Parts: sequence; C-alpha cells; structure tokens
Amino acid sequence: MGTDRAGTRVPGTDLEVAAVPQPRREKLTGWGRTAPSVAEVVRPSTREQVAEAVAGAGARGIVARGLGRSYGDPAQNAGGRVLDLTGMNRILGVDLETGTVEVEPGVSLQQLMQAMLPFGYFVPVTPGTRYVTVGGAIGCDIHGKSHHADGSFAQHVLELDLLLADGSVRTLTPESDPGLFWATAGGMGLTGVIVRAKLKMMRVETSRILVETKRVADLDEAMERMTLTDADYRFSVASLDNLATGPSLGRGWVESGNFAGLEHLPAKLRETPLAFHPKPLAAMPDLFPSGLLNRRTIRLMNEANFRRAPKDAHPHLASIGGFFHPLDAIHDWNRVYGAAGFLQYQFVVPFEAAATLRRVVERVAVQGAPSFVTVLKRFGPASPGYLSFPTDGWTLTYDFPTGTPGLAGLLRWMDAQVLEAGGRLYLAKDSRMSPGDLAAMYPRLEDFRKVRAEVDPHGVFVSDQSRRLSL
Amino acid sequence: MKDSLGSVQSLLVLGGGSDIALATARKLAQDRTKRIILAGRPSERLDAGADLLRGLGAEVRVVNFDALEFGEHEKVLAPLFEEGDIDVVLLAFGVLGDQKTDERDPLAAAKVVQSNYVGAVTSSLVVAEALKKQGHGALVVLSSVAAERGRKDNFIYGSSKAGLDTFAQGLGDSLQGTGVHVMVVRPGFVDSKMTAGLPKAPMSTTPEAVAEGIVDGLRREADLVWVPAQLRYVFSGLRHLPRPAFRKVVDKQA
Repeated sequence: MGTDRAGTRVPGTDLEVAAVPQPRREKLTGWGRTAPSVAEVVRPSTREQVAEAVAGAGARGIVARGLGRSYGDPAQNAGGRVLDLTGMNRILGVDLETGTVEVEPGVSLQQLMQAMLPFGYFVPVTPGTRYVTVGGAIGCDIHGKSHHADGSFAQHVLELDLLLADGSVRTLTPESDPGLFWATAGGMGLTGVIVRAKLKMMRVETSRILVETKRVADLDEAMERMTLTDADYRFSVASLDNLATGPSLGRGWVESGNFAGLEHLPAKLRETPLAFHPKPLAAMPDLFPSGLLNRRTIRLMNEANFRRAPKDAHPHLASIGGFFHPLDAIHDWNRVYGAAGFLQYQFVVPFEAAATLRRVVERVAVQGAPSFVTVLKRFGPASPGYLSFPTDGWTLTYDFPTGTPGLAGLLRWMDAQVLEAGGRLYLAKDSRMSPGDLAAMYPRLEDFRKVRAEVDPHGVFVSDQSRRLSL
Repeated sequence: MKDSLGSVQSLLVLGGGSDIALATARKLAQDRTKRIILAGRPSERLDAGADLLRGLGAEVRVVNFDALEFGEHEKVLAPLFEEGDIDVVLLAFGVLGDQKTDERDPLAAAKVVQSNYVGAVTSSLVVAEALKKQGHGALVVLSSVAAERGRKDNFIYGSSKAGLDTFAQGLGDSLQGTGVHVMVVRPGFVDSKMTAGLPKAPMSTTPEAVAEGIVDGLRREADLVWVPAQLRYVFSGLRHLPRPAFRKVVDKQA
C-alpha cells in the first residue's frame, strides 16, 4: 500500500497498472445508522489488490463491505480494515443459453437487472432493495418475496471464488466443498472474501409482475390467505398495520404475484416487454429530526395505506421497482429517521408457533411501538447455509426508530419468545441481539466455527458484529 | 461492542472502590455488560464490589492499580486491552483531601493533585491510545462542579478537577474521528463515602443518580453530563457572577 504506481503504463504495451488504492480512515455504520465505528477503508479493483489488503491487515483484521445495506454492524470493523468492494463491479461473463452469469462481488442486483433483463433474465432472488451487491447477497444469504418458491440467494449460486486469509483463492461449488461453501453462504463475510461468483438467473418473459393486492381485516385473515394461496404465486407478502389492536389486530394487505407473461401485457407494452428504467424519484435530504416517525405519524400512514388497499383482489400490472423495491425510489430513505437511526427486527418462527407470532404482534401493538414497515411472510424450506436465516415458518419484520421508549425491553421480550418457539433472528438485520441467544438460535454455529477455524485460524476476518456476538 | 440501542458489553473501572463507579458498574451489569475489570488499590470494598457484580452475572476481574504510581500505568493498563475490546473505561478515582489541613501541609495537597490530576492524565493517555487502536469505545471522566469556579473551601480539590476537566475536554476533541468518545461528568455534591460527615450542599445528588446520568450520557454520546442536570443552568449563571458576588453566594451557602 501507499506506493504511487497509479496509472503507470507498462512499457511497450497498452496495459496500465491499476491505481493502488490508498486506505482512508472512515466512520462507518450500517443502513440503520447506529453504533458507528472507525476503520481503514481500502477500495480494491482487482483480486490481487484484495489479497494485498488482506495480507496487510493488522491485528484488528479485515471484513468486506458492499453497498452498506445491512442494518447493523456486519460490514464494520472498528480499528481494523474494511474492504469496500463496490469498485469490483464487472460482469465477467454471460451464458444466455443456460442463463448463468459470472460477476465480481461488487456487482449490484440493479446492475444485473439492467444487463440481463433485455435478454429475458431476472435475478434469482431479490430483497426489498436492488442496491445490494452479489457478494453481500451471498454473505447474508438473502431472501425475498419468493422464498417459499425459490429459496434463498445462495441456492442459486453455482460456483464462487473465495479469497482466504492466507491469500490463496479457492473455487467452491456446493458439490466440491459443501462445508466451506455453506459456511460462506450466510457466513457474514467471516470465511474470506468472495472475489467471483457464478449465478443462475431466472427466466422471465416480461419485466412486469401481475399482482393481486387484497385487504385483510386481521392477522388470521392475512395468515389464512397466504397459507391458501402461496402455492399459486411465486411472490407473496403481507404488510401489517402494526399499531392496530383489538379486532383489527394484524390488519393489513396481502400482495401476491407472478411475473406476467406476454399475454398479460396490453398491446402498447408488448412492444417493449422487458423494459426496465427505474429512476430514483427523489433524494432524501439529511435534515430530518429524530422522532419524526413516531406513534402518531406512523398511525396515520398505516391508516391511509390500509384504506388504499382494495377490498377485493383484482390483478394489476406492477413494475419491478414498484413491486419489489418501492423504497429504492427514494435515495437514502434511511435519513428520514434522523440522526438517532433505526433498527430492523426480523425473526422467523416455525409454522406451529403461530401463537407466538400472534403474541408478538399483540404486544407490539399494545405497547404502541411504531414500525414504519411491518412485513409478514411464509418461508419455504431452509438452505444448507450454516448461518442462513430462512427456515420453514412465519417471518415477521419490524422497523423501529431506536428512540422508541421501552424498545430495548420490548425486543428482549421478543427475543425470548422467538427463542422459546425455536425461531431465530436474521444476522443481516441484527444490531443488538445477545451472543447467548445467537448460539441458541443457530444450532449449526459450532459447525460454522469449525470450518472458520480451519480456513482462518488467526481470525483475520472479523467485524463489529462478529466481535459483538462472539461469532 | 456497543449495540444499536447503546448497550455496552465490557467495562474497565479505574478506581473500582468508588461509590459512583460501583453504582455505574451495577447499572451496566444489569443491562448487557458482562465483562468487567475493576482496577484499584486492593481493599475489601473492591472485592465486595466484584462479588456483587458477579452476582449480577458478570465475569469480573480485579486488578491492582494505584493512581499515584504513574510509572506503572502503562504497564498495568495497556495489557488489559489485549485480552479483548473494552467498550467503556470509567475514570472514577479521586480523593477529596481535607482543605483546611492540606493548606498547612503542602505535601498532602500535592498528593490530592497528583492523584486527581497527574494520575488521571497518565492513565487517561494510556487508555486513550488503546481505545484509538480499537477504533471504538468511550472514556468517562469524573470531574466535579468544584472544577467550575475556585472557592475557599475546596480549591485544592477543585483545581485538580479543573485541570482534569480541561484535559479531558481537549482529549475528547483530539480524538474526534477516531471512533473514541470522551465524556466529562460533573456531579454536584454527591452523598457518598467520599463526603461522609461533610455538610450537604444544595442540589446534592447520589451515586445512583450519577450512574444514571453516565449510562444515559453514554447512550446519547454526550460530551458533558451534569448531575443533577439542572446544575448546567445554575452554573451558566454562576460562571459569570463577579467574584465579590460569587463569594457572597458561597458564604451564604456555608
């Protein structure tokens, strides 16, 4: 590091030596903007530079970071190094026959959609934002509205190159090295740095989704509708008014959809069935006071949203952005919470534990803890990832401003409920769970630790989250 | 590591026998602070404090530390950070001295200053360096309202705290951008073993209230905490009072 080889031409060739990135000290947080810490950020553009940065990591280690969409602290490393991989964002190869792509880790899902939709391919799994990198998607083994049908992201990864603590690169497939592959998928960046991945994309005929939105009067109706109709839809999710109580407890609306076929498009859209031109509508200025989103404002929003949802489901066409990523329309939407920030709490409990789910929904509503987004979904079977989150059951997500009175106590009560029901919390969202609960919720943690100890015996790959949770 | 709701996991107390320190450690241990190091001169009080904290589920270590042994501070404190990150360091040691006696015994006065100021400076510098390497953490420095204005009945103690207060403010500013947070705490008259037998001042407070102020200040990442909080406004007035008028206020109080 630190030499000035930047932009030097190799004599007699057209090759340029890539600029050696200069590390800079930076204060980093996750998307929730809580618990900042300072690290030396290195932005490599080649795998050689990744190896150099890993080799040069000091006693405080190193961890990879993508677009910073994890809510808590998994992509921070206080006093150590953070690898900003957004500079490694090349699509390396495409096979239209098989629908596979090879990418560098910093390629975002947005980039993949833009590149591949014209050929009739969509990303295999998308979360609620397109602004996540492939590296992050694998490291968190993310899921989306299609989990019950398609599983999690890593289940569509055919192969990946992992740069290990000793600087060597290992090519992994789920068959060749299941241990390291499934420790890396969902492993929160703690096994090494993914420097290349090969994915299987999803075939689509159009870039529109045929959606049915239906208002549901209470939690039972929401759960019943999803249970009965999930098999017919690739995508399904319920949004709840988290402050409604009594007979309206859990009221909301269920959205179910499938990618539209050509026959579903009106004539005009049929000319450009795969069009994809998402534009951010607005940028969010960083001047919101903490506390703007509170019980009162959220109650008003919930009421308006509930009333807007149609009582009877009629299929309508939605765009990819409108259906999957509504919040991406506003850049930096997390700023609306003000400087105090927010956290996301997502858990899953087995289907048999519907009573736990109800208890949680009730307690949050009665306590009146406002949640900007409250989302309920049914997961399908788990992936083999040691620390992968999704597993058969109901998953519920809340967005709470950190300044909410009594929040710490409420969340601890929820932790206990989830644990007792045999459920777990999602590491990509976590910013405050306890090390003991983590170990109890993830029975395969010991297997994960074993693999990690083999490939990284000196603990080069560490993050604030891995320190906090004694991962 | 500190979490998104401001809870911390590990604590190092310098001056582990102090009432304020123990009240703070207790409050933190009841939350999520399960690794605690109590550094201080060996005493039954210190051991009893450690036992109490263990009873709250914390893993507690007692370390021999003497504020007056400046030469040892680096050797004693630096290795503690090798064993694992420390989220909060609470600098709580200090002696009140006896103003009247100490005025006639310059060496006794020097001891007050050496403990409250010199020892605090050397240990703070060692701690600050270690926290900087960690890239996160907080140093909480116990100052006093006595640091605000000199007065005849406590100017030896007061001046030592004034020196420490100024030092800690500057240290905090110098650590901007390093991830390390320095918080100065100015309690009013605290009803504790340190002040046992002294007449109570107005707006007096308790170790528990100071602990509360510290825990809350850590969550907010405050630079300066007054306990009770109203003292901030009282002193924003008293600070500008002309000397003769201030003397009258003090005399009236006594």
